[in-house]
Formats: sequence, structure tokens, C-alpha cells
Amino acid sequence: MTKQIIVPFGPQHPVLPEPIHIDLVLEDERVVDAIPSIGYIHRGFEKLVEKREFTEYVYIAERTCGICSFIHGATYCQGIEQIMNIDVPERAQYLRVIWSEFSRLHSHLLWLGLFADAFGFENLFMGAWKTREKVLDFMEETTGGRVIQGTSKVGGVRRDISSERLDRMTKDLDDLDREMKELTDVFLHDDSVRHRLRNVGTISRNDAYHLGAVGPTARGSGVAIDLRKSGYGAYDRLNVQVVTDSCGDCYSRCAVRAKELFTSTDLIRQAVKKIPEGPIDVKVTGAPDGEYFMRAEQPRGELVHYLKGNGSKFLVRSRIRTPTLTNIPPLIKMLQGCELADVPVIVLSIDPCISCTER
Amino acid sequence: MTMDKQTITAIEVGKLIGSVERFRNEGYRLVQIGCTKVGDLYEINYCFDKDYHLDVVRIAIPAETEVPSISGMYWNAFIYENEMHDLFGIQVRGMNIDFKGTLIRTAEKFPFSKPPVTVTKGGKP
Amino acid sequence: MVYFEMVKTALKTVLSKPATILYPVQAAKKTPISRGHVVQDGSKCISCSICVKKCPAQAIVLDKEAKTWQINRFRCVVCNSCVDTCPAKCLSMDTQYTAPATVKGIETFTITYVKPAKPEKKEEPKT
Repeated sequence: MTKQIIVPFGPQHPVLPEPIHIDLVLEDERVVDAIPSIGYIHRGFEKLVEKREFTEYVYIAERTCGICSFIHGATYCQGIEQIMNIDVPERAQYLRVIWSEFSRLHSHLLWLGLFADAFGFENLFMGAWKTREKVLDFMEETTGGRVIQGTSKVGGVRRDISSERLDRMTKDLDDLDREMKELTDVFLHDDSVRHRLRNVGTISRNDAYHLGAVGPTARGSGVAIDLRKSGYGAYDRLNVQVVTDSCGDCYSRCAVRAKELFTSTDLIRQAVKKIPEGPIDVKVTGAPDGEYFMRAEQPRGELVHYLKGNGSKFLVRSRIRTPTLTNIPPLIKMLQGCELADVPVIVLSIDPCISCTER
Repeated sequence: MTMDKQTITAIEVGKLIGSVERFRNEGYRLVQIGCTKVGDLYEINYCFDKDYHLDVVRIAIPAETEVPSISGMYWNAFIYENEMHDLFGIQVRGMNIDFKGTLIRTAEKFPFSKPPVTVTKGGKP
Repeated sequence: MVYFEMVKTALKTVLSKPATILYPVQAAKKTPISRGHVVQDGSKCISCSICVKKCPAQAIVLDKEAKTWQINRFRCVVCNSCVDTCPAKCLSMDTQYTAPATVKGIETFTITYVKPAKPEKKEEPKT
């Protein structure tokens, strides 16, 4: 038997700036087991719910993550609206879809850039982030914040997008599509990229499903889970296409995200076409009394906000289960049997967001 | 708003393994395990999903009761069970990967088992 | 088999203007609604302390006796909550980001608002 050695990966590692620690058990160059540990930056957001009124907690829920912040805020609001039986105006629901899909574009472009960086394609990394800048500019123009949008509130949204801006959107999206096409062509067709990612970190469909993989990690293995299909918010009135890929390796997960960019722009186009005129919020009176498991699709996968109120202004419990937490067990499965040199690429391929995970 | 359906069933601790096994056999996936402190009891929600239908199994236990681990059926349950142990101090029996309280290192032990902060009228805790 | 897919894009980038700006020589881009920092207008503040209660970061301290309104810029998360809820509309959002600082400090604004003598006005028409 070969001698086993343990190599620590993280909490500080050049490939990702976030602190996750994985103990890699190696036999020669091959990883036989991986033991993860998190908990370096636990912030106790969930406990803070006892000290902040439920209407203010939106701002805190939103700051759980610095990348998919809008979807966190919107999911929290939708959960509360569900408990309190608030009917949100149509326009607000469509606006939430538009901003959510823009966050998805922003997150996927960011990830594609980082991923390119991880497999050593610096030029592609810069290209992806250049395109992402356009998405951020739109965010700032319509919400006032580049990364933390802060436009969702219980009972609707805080800002409207003028109809002239929405009319111009179609042209902007066409430009964005053209730029993203050029970018994703490199990811999908360039042989040097394919060579680095094919058959690296493979996880079977069955494993992905039973180990609770969500989002592109699951869809890359052919498991068609996309919470947008369940029709929360205005998604039930839009045609959502679920992108899947059957191979289950790093290339598949990359391809799913690259193709999802275009489903997002498509969804925004549909929403812009269908958005009705009208109010953007309703007045909220009373306090939540009840519980709800609100689920939504984040760029990284399924997000669960469990909210429980007892009729007072302060919620009893808010539990946020972020997609990265549930993607860690599949990650361990992927790491078992891979080469040490592939570990950084595999870890990044699930799009880990440790700050999210540790709330 | 049309929302996904969800059912919550309260069961006893002894029946937990049996009902989780049924979910596993029917092809559900584990969405999450979450704990809530209600008075002196801890409510633990086991959420399962199949075709966007959320099924929740709930047990309510006092702090000293040991909970059997479901990681035998759902391998990924260890992450939630360790979290539950580190934040709430719930003893889980038979986890496949037991971090023994080191998954989430907190300055204060079991922070979520502390009584909730009551806020006075001035907004100051 | 496709190699050098990136070359076209790379060449285009080389031949076009840089995508970045020469900050700080050139000003950073911002929009009319960008959230920069909160400004308080002391002449309008009615000391209701709603902003203090609604602040999710507990960055605002209001002293009714000393007539001061203080904000801790390092606690403030620029969420716009106080601006939205202010009944007197004395708070506004400036588009300029807070300047970098070497020490954490608290910024103090003085409240100069004087409550207009309303009851007397009401009595006049009656008499």
C-alpha cells in the first residue's frame, strides 16, 4: 500500500479568496478522500433576526451574499409575503424577475472569469469581467447600487424602471448577447479549454441527485432541477428553459453556466415585453404569524429561506440554506479519485460562495 | 401568487428513521435540515423535495434528547447535522463524518441555544 | 478542433480604447441615483428618531438634548432605509462615495430646526 499523506487546501488559496479548508488525503498524486471544514467567517445573521424588525431584516438578508444579493432580498420578501398573504402588484413581480436575471448574468460572468483564471486563461478572465461591467452599469443605473441593489422590500419593490429605459433594454440586451456569444464561444469550442476541463471532477447523475447537488452542479450532471420552473414570482408566466448537460464533469458545469447566460437574457426580454403598468408596492400592515419555506433559484442553485413569525414585529427564526452548503457533499465526491493538480479547478467548478454559506 | 405546495408532518423521534427511509425509497432528495428553538423545545425540520413538492418532517425534542443521524440514508446529511450540533448543541448519534464541534467554530458555545434577545420599546436590546 | 478562438477578441481589445478609466485623474462613473453617502439637513430635522430605529446597522445616534445627529460612516451600509423613512425629508443620498479615512470616526451634524409656533397661528383666525 502506498503511504497516505494529508495536504491541506485552504483556508487561504490563490484560486479562491474565500476561506474553505479541505484536508486532502493523498496516495501519490491521487486524492483518495477530502474532509471539508468551514466556519472561519460565521457571522450569525440568523440570530440577528431577533433584534431587527422584519421589514428591516431585508437589508440584512440581502447582505448575506455580495454576488447574488438581490435574489436573497427578494426571496426573503416573497417568504414574508407568503406568510402574510400579501398580493404583490404584477409590475413589482416582473421587476424582481428582471433584476434577478441581471444578477444571474452578473454572477455567471463573474464565475466564468474566475474559472478562466483558475485554469490559467488570463485574457479570457479579463474579457468576462469586461462584459460583466455592462451588467453592473445597468444595475447601478436602475437601482443605485452596483452590487447590493437593495430594491426589494416586503410588499413590492422600492424603485421603478421607467418605460423608456425598458424600451431601450432590448437593444442593450442584443449588444450584450453579441458580446457574450464571442466570450462563450471560447469556453465552449476552444480546444485548450476543453482539454483542461473534460473528464475532470466527474460526478454521475445518480450521485449528484442523491447527494443534494443543486443549480448548475446538478444540471451539469443531467439533473434538471431549476426552481424557476416551480413558478414563484412572475416566473410562472414566462417560458423558462432548463439547460442541462449530461457529462457531469467540469466542462459540463462550465457549459451549463455559459448557456444559461442566454436563457437569462431571453427571460429579461420576455419580462420586458409582458411587464404591465401599475403600482410597484402595496402597504404592509400587521406582522407575520406563521412559517414558510421559501425556495428560489440563485445563480448557484436552490436557496431556502425558512421564516417563522409569532405575530410580533420580530421574527422567531430565519434560516438561510444557501446553495454552496448543499453543494459541498457532491464536491467531496468529485474530489475523491482526482489528481492533486485538478483540485483547484474542481473546487471552483461548483462556484463556492463561502460567505454565503456561513451567513 | 402560485407557489409550490409544502406539507409539514410532525412525528416522534422514534419514527424519524422509518419515515426518512420511506422518502429515500421514493426517490426524494434532501433539501435541508434546520433547527428552530421554540421555548424549551428544539424543532428540527427535515425537508425533502421531489418534483418541486416540498415535504417536511418535523420532530420536537428537549435539549438532552439524542437524535439519530440520517446520514446512513442521505450521505450529505452530515453537513446539516454537524451545523445543528455546533450552533444548537443538539447531540446527533452516528454521523458518518463527525466534526465533534469543529465545523463551525464559534466564540460562544452553541450560540443559537441561548434565549432569544428581547427588544425593548426603544429599539435597544 | 478549434484553437486560438480568443485571438479575434484579443486583437479587437488591443486595437480599441482601454475599457478602464484612469482613476483618480478621471472621475469614477456614477449615476444620478447611485448610493454614495447619507447627508443630513439640520434645518429640517424634527428629531423624531425614526431613522435611528430603522437603521439596520445601528449607525445613527440622535441626541435630542444636545441637538446633534451623528452617523458612524464605518457602520453605515448605505441601504437608503433612513432616507426612505424620514418624515421630514431632511435626509438625502449623495452620489459621492465616502472618502477613505485612516481612523474610524463619527460624523456629527447639528440640528438647527426650530419648531414653528403653530398653535398661535390657529387661534388668530378664530378671534
